[in-house]
Amino acid sequence: MQPHSNAYIVGFAAAVCLVCSIVVSSTAVALRPRQAQNRELDRQKQVLIVAGLMHAGESVEAAEVQRLFDESIVARAVELSTGTYDESVDTATYDQRKATRDPAMSKPADPNTAGIRRLPYKAVVYQKVVDGEIEMLILPIEGAGLWSTLYGFLALASDTTTIEGITFYEHGETPGLGGEVDNPSWKALWPGRHAFNDNGEIAIEVIKGNAGTPADDPYRVDGLSGATITARAVSHLVQFWLADDGFGPYLDQFRADEGGAG
Amino acid sequence: MNQARKKALLDPLFNDNPIAAQVLGICSALAVTTKLETSVVMSLAVIAVLSLSNLTVSLIRNLIPSSIRIIVQLTIIASLVIVTDQILQAFVYDISKQLSVFVGLIITNCIVMGRAEAYAMQNPPFESLLDGLGNGFGYSLILIVVGFFRELIGAGKLFGHQVLPVVTEGGWYQPNGLFVLSPGAFFLIGIFIWWLRTWKPELQED
Repeated sequence: MQPHSNAYIVGFAAAVCLVCSIVVSSTAVALRPRQAQNRELDRQKQVLIVAGLMHAGESVEAAEVQRLFDESIVARAVELSTGTYDESVDTATYDQRKATRDPAMSKPADPNTAGIRRLPYKAVVYQKVVDGEIEMLILPIEGAGLWSTLYGFLALASDTTTIEGITFYEHGETPGLGGEVDNPSWKALWPGRHAFNDNGEIAIEVIKGNAGTPADDPYRVDGLSGATITARAVSHLVQFWLADDGFGPYLDQFRADEGGAG
Repeated sequence: MNQARKKALLDPLFNDNPIAAQVLGICSALAVTTKLETSVVMSLAVIAVLSLSNLTVSLIRNLIPSSIRIIVQLTIIASLVIVTDQILQAFVYDISKQLSVFVGLIITNCIVMGRAEAYAMQNPPFESLLDGLGNGFGYSLILIVVGFFRELIGAGKLFGHQVLPVVTEGGWYQPNGLFVLSPGAFFLIGIFIWWLRTWKPELQED
């Protein structure tokens, strides 16, 4: 093969790049609506799983997920700093991650152990409603782990203290070690434990080693062996979102409302 | 089908298997084989990328200036991988979540680059396509065999269905957790290589 001229090489490289970029970008654009729909469906599934309405790994038709979600879950936007509901936000399209990056919709967070740099003004919480009664609050939680940001949900009973479940739907922790945060048998250790102690202080934590049963040891959860940093991150992020910068004001508000109503 | 084409398609299954004989692509073979389902999807993704990249590279092989051939191959492979990843995210979202980074890492899978450089650059399109398919099948064969045993021994399941009733659910089978972790895959791949080299002694090195 005779050597090519420089002009040919540059031209060839440009042509390859052009063709490849057209192929890649047109696929991405063509498939984006479908992917967005999948992500939305996945989020609804995660809410249903943490609410105990669906089992993890169960394959459920998209329509069924939608039906279950519409039937028992109410999504409401909350102003984090005051803890009041904000009905002007469309919860179906509100994207907390986008809001967190938007200077108009978020602010820099105070230094914290959960690795959160920016805090959105608003967040969408989900309520599991059975026969008109709010049975469960499902709060979105996130925070920095060892390699990645963990995104998940924490479900609290309507007493705002008893944990009903936790799930992480997106993370990039080491599979088999930190990645075990999405292992069903570890997540099963959470329900029944208490987020706050009798004085109303945040008490829940992930410890190193094994904790007792929820009845004997209500504030502690088993650590993940080989994943000290991820386990500590889970502790920190759960504590962060229950505290004043997170959903603390909302939980206070909720307790006051429920107390008044009951 | 003539002899050369048959050889291109079938040799990589056993005689020149990319994982067991060429020892390429081990990383992803360990990572995605904890379940049969992810193994199968990963296999399909690699077959698609490998055969299409071989075909594309071979089609333009006489036009590619040899001084930039590697980067041209990489660009083609990377584009195909992104397209595959986008398709998986759009149509099998749950599985693409489980495969996570490993679909993206097909770009760096030595098998794909290796076949483009070693075969597709010298051979006509149809033969290259067959070679891509053959190597894809060879890779898949290992992935599926390993995935089958890991899921069966590690969880008593196949394709997510409980096949062996486990102790925790009132059955008799005590799952062997070792097989869910990476060492399980090493053992299985090792056993496969051992078996292959016993069956085909010509593969043994001195």
